[in-house]
Amino acid sequence: MQFNLLVLACLAYVILLFSVAFMVERRATRGRLGFLRSPIIYTLSLSIYCTAWTFYGAVGYAARSGIEFLTIYLGPTLVFVGWWLILRKLVRIGRQQRVTSIADLISSRFGKSNALGVVVTLIAVIAATPYIALQLQSLTLSFSVFAKGTPEAWLLPGHEDIALWVAAGLALFTILFGTRKLDAKEQHHGIVTAIAVEAVVKLVALVAVGVFVVWGLAGGVGPVIDKISAMQAPGWQLHHDRWIGLTVLAAAAVISLPRMFQVMVVENVDELHLARASWAFPLYLFAMSLFILPIAVVGLEHMPAEANPDMLVLTLPLAKGQGALAMLAFLGGFSSATSMVIVETIALATMISNNVVMPLWLRLKPGAAMSGDLRAGVLITRRLAIIGVLTLGFLYYRISGGSAALAAIGLIAFAGMAQFLPALLGGIFWRGASRKGALAGLLTGFAIWAYTLFLPSFGEGAVIPADVFADGLFGLSWLRPRALFGTVGMDPLVHSIFWSLSLNVLGFVLGSVLSFPDPVERVQGVAFVNAFDREAQAERLGWSHGQAEPEALLSLTQRILGEEALSFFEEQARAQGKDGYLPDLTPEFLAEAERRLSGSVGAATAHAMISQLFGHATVTVEDLMAVANETAQIREYSAKLEAKQEELTRTARQLREVNDKLTQLSVQKDAFLSQISHELRTPMTSIRAFSEILTEGEVPAEMVADSGRIIHSEAVRLTRLLDDLLDLTVLENGTVQLNLELAHLGQMLDRAAQSASQTRPERRFDIQRDQLSEEIYLLTDPDRLVQVFINLISNARKYCDADPAVLRIVVRQKSGRISVDFIDNGKGIPKESQRLIFEKFARLTDQMRAGGAGLGLAIVREIMANLGGTITYLPGQRGAAFRVTLPLRLEKRPEDAAT
Amino acid sequence: MPATGPLFLARAVYRRRRLRDAARLLPMLGMLLLLIPALSQRSTAGDAIYLFTVWAGLIALAAFLAPGLSKADAETAPEGELAEMPPTGEDAEKTAINQTGGAG
Repeated sequence: MQFNLLVLACLAYVILLFSVAFMVERRATRGRLGFLRSPIIYTLSLSIYCTAWTFYGAVGYAARSGIEFLTIYLGPTLVFVGWWLILRKLVRIGRQQRVTSIADLISSRFGKSNALGVVVTLIAVIAATPYIALQLQSLTLSFSVFAKGTPEAWLLPGHEDIALWVAAGLALFTILFGTRKLDAKEQHHGIVTAIAVEAVVKLVALVAVGVFVVWGLAGGVGPVIDKISAMQAPGWQLHHDRWIGLTVLAAAAVISLPRMFQVMVVENVDELHLARASWAFPLYLFAMSLFILPIAVVGLEHMPAEANPDMLVLTLPLAKGQGALAMLAFLGGFSSATSMVIVETIALATMISNNVVMPLWLRLKPGAAMSGDLRAGVLITRRLAIIGVLTLGFLYYRISGGSAALAAIGLIAFAGMAQFLPALLGGIFWRGASRKGALAGLLTGFAIWAYTLFLPSFGEGAVIPADVFADGLFGLSWLRPRALFGTVGMDPLVHSIFWSLSLNVLGFVLGSVLSFPDPVERVQGVAFVNAFDREAQAERLGWSHGQAEPEALLSLTQRILGEEALSFFEEQARAQGKDGYLPDLTPEFLAEAERRLSGSVGAATAHAMISQLFGHATVTVEDLMAVANETAQIREYSAKLEAKQEELTRTARQLREVNDKLTQLSVQKDAFLSQISHELRTPMTSIRAFSEILTEGEVPAEMVADSGRIIHSEAVRLTRLLDDLLDLTVLENGTVQLNLELAHLGQMLDRAAQSASQTRPERRFDIQRDQLSEEIYLLTDPDRLVQVFINLISNARKYCDADPAVLRIVVRQKSGRISVDFIDNGKGIPKESQRLIFEKFARLTDQMRAGGAGLGLAIVREIMANLGGTITYLPGQRGAAFRVTLPLRLEKRPEDAAT
Repeated sequence: MPATGPLFLARAVYRRRRLRDAARLLPMLGMLLLLIPALSQRSTAGDAIYLFTVWAGLIALAAFLAPGLSKADAETAPEGELAEMPPTGEDAEKTAINQTGGAG
């Protein structure tokens, strides 16, 4: 087996994953995910639980300790089979609160506490370090298995170099796919699908090796069972303490591992997928485990005693001359390790950026929420975090020497992550759980885990001096790392799990019982514990809004959510019964905005950002009444009243708007009449004057020519005005004839830009366009659409007061509609005028400068309505900005055909 | 004490509630069954066969319960026991676009 071939296969495989992830991302942006959002993909992505530890380590584990390895898969089976108890609630809360990570969930539950977010993130990063090191170690080992005995072996880099290359490659892949954009829901469809592919590869590989071993080497199921019975290896007896301890540990880990939380809760697209996964995921684990024991037993029998049992999946087929099978097994192991590292580092990077860096940054620079591009900052933080996490993993691998059994390393990580469990479960099932309790429990559990398991894993005397192992900390014998409180003779792992988890729970309960939660905590507690109770969800934290304007909030949300912010604001404004993009700042709207933001940057950060705009959150009397459950009856009554009142408020708001508009329209109508008489009169006056001159006779020839020219141009102006008016009437009545044909958007924009260049040709005026996004064919009336574009571009040329003036044209495509934004860099349109610009004769500047009749935008609006689209003014874009939205294919409406 | 609901439930609703009870008890049953090998002294092969059998049984039971549970989830939602899910961002956007389209 050539080593070069192996490297080539790896590269080809990685490229395949890249393309899968890339294609899915592209489909996702077009909103066509289809089966990619199915429960099968969800279940397969959960298989991220099976890492290289399972693929290589489980066989080694089985070879060393018999069937004890099954605990690691039976624990999760119990959790998933009992999904109705815990997972269902966890997923529901995750979706309701737009949770981005386990640190976010815990911090959000306990009053959006920054401190808790930081603690959870730190524990997660430290506990994940050995786990990532495990993956690097297994990849390095598997590479070196192939390298051994090849003629090029001497050319090959050393172990540490391989590990370094692997770590660098993984960092690159993760950065490329995990942090390309900041998603509003923190979901990565591309990666999830790539992981589903890897899940299939590793299952097929392990089963293939298993089938080869059972039927190819051992001669069938019967002989394998005989061989297992005949095995009399030392350490194969079941220890009931380890059996119970490890099952509990694995059950805890499957809930609280950051990467499991990521795929299970954060990436979940449909709660019902969990129902399918409740049995399909255990089935996957079952299939993965089925052949582990046979491979271990047959491997021990066929391989020399000094062979590393962790690598039996590879070495056994290799030794039997099955090169292709070994290659498949290698890719399986490669899949297991890479998928784990990718998702784990994404999960950790999200935690680091949302729970540590962003809050810190906002605290250091309180004005930061209002300036600067936050999205880029978040992304850079995440990229750096990915590199940092992988570096830590690599360092652990180097320091620990890469010699320990894989399973032993994995169990250390599991025990560390399990420390989240008390705070997590307590948080979602117990309203009395408080922030102080969670902090106390987490810190206690973490300290004991580090002291009894993590630090000793570097070796006696490496971090903790040897005499501490013998005599205890400060010479106190009850503080020995392997015999806390005099529990000598316990299995070290069980010892650590037992003491860390039980003291963790003790600290959590005591801290919660003795402390008094603040109002934010209590409101969040109700929302989490009663996640299935609709009424509890209706009660939310209120913001007292004072000075801030909706536009300030819009520009803040835009910096985080980007394009989605606008549609969110529009949707909220519509829910309030308002037009446009700026809803009233009601407490409900602010709470919803905060939750949207927290979907991207985490609850604590979002809370901090909003409070920078609006001051501190206020807990209203209603919120406190919601906390006190005794007032349920009053609440029900007042909820009804409230609903009615809300309806009335909405109606009143609509009426007020309509009334305002009507008043304005009536003023406009008067203005229109006087305008139109004025508009008609000015040219008429000059025509009359000059024609009088002409009729007097004996006029010099050049004066005749001059007068004639003026009369002609005034007549043209009149005609144009009348044409415009006529056009408007036709458009408004909907009796216009549309000539539908396929037209290229880019070419239409070209035409428009060219025609518009005659408006104020002396100006320096740049148009920024993205040719690629304009490669779209539309079924529409091209002449009419070009008319719209010309109007918008000439308006920008006329009114944009910046120098140099720049007009940005942005084209977007979304679910069968396209939107074209025209954004200039001028002063924009004042807020009070934004609603009027589309009305007839609504000219904002004085008439002489504009030179038109003020019908342009009114016509544009009517054209767009006829083309099945809309035109709106986009607020909060710094300059004047218009958005034209229209369908890709305009269908002829039947009622139009009838008229 | 206000009357919150009928004393006896309709047969279908009653079935659904018992199904949930079963779903809640399933992990307890699994835990008990998986404890047995740790408490007894059997051969490794015997234990392995026993464990895989129990495992397969748990999966089968979960598969049997899952469809009923997810259906129950959807059906009882409007009755108020379960919170209605807010529409996802994407769906909401679609409605928003449809509405603007309709206005045009």
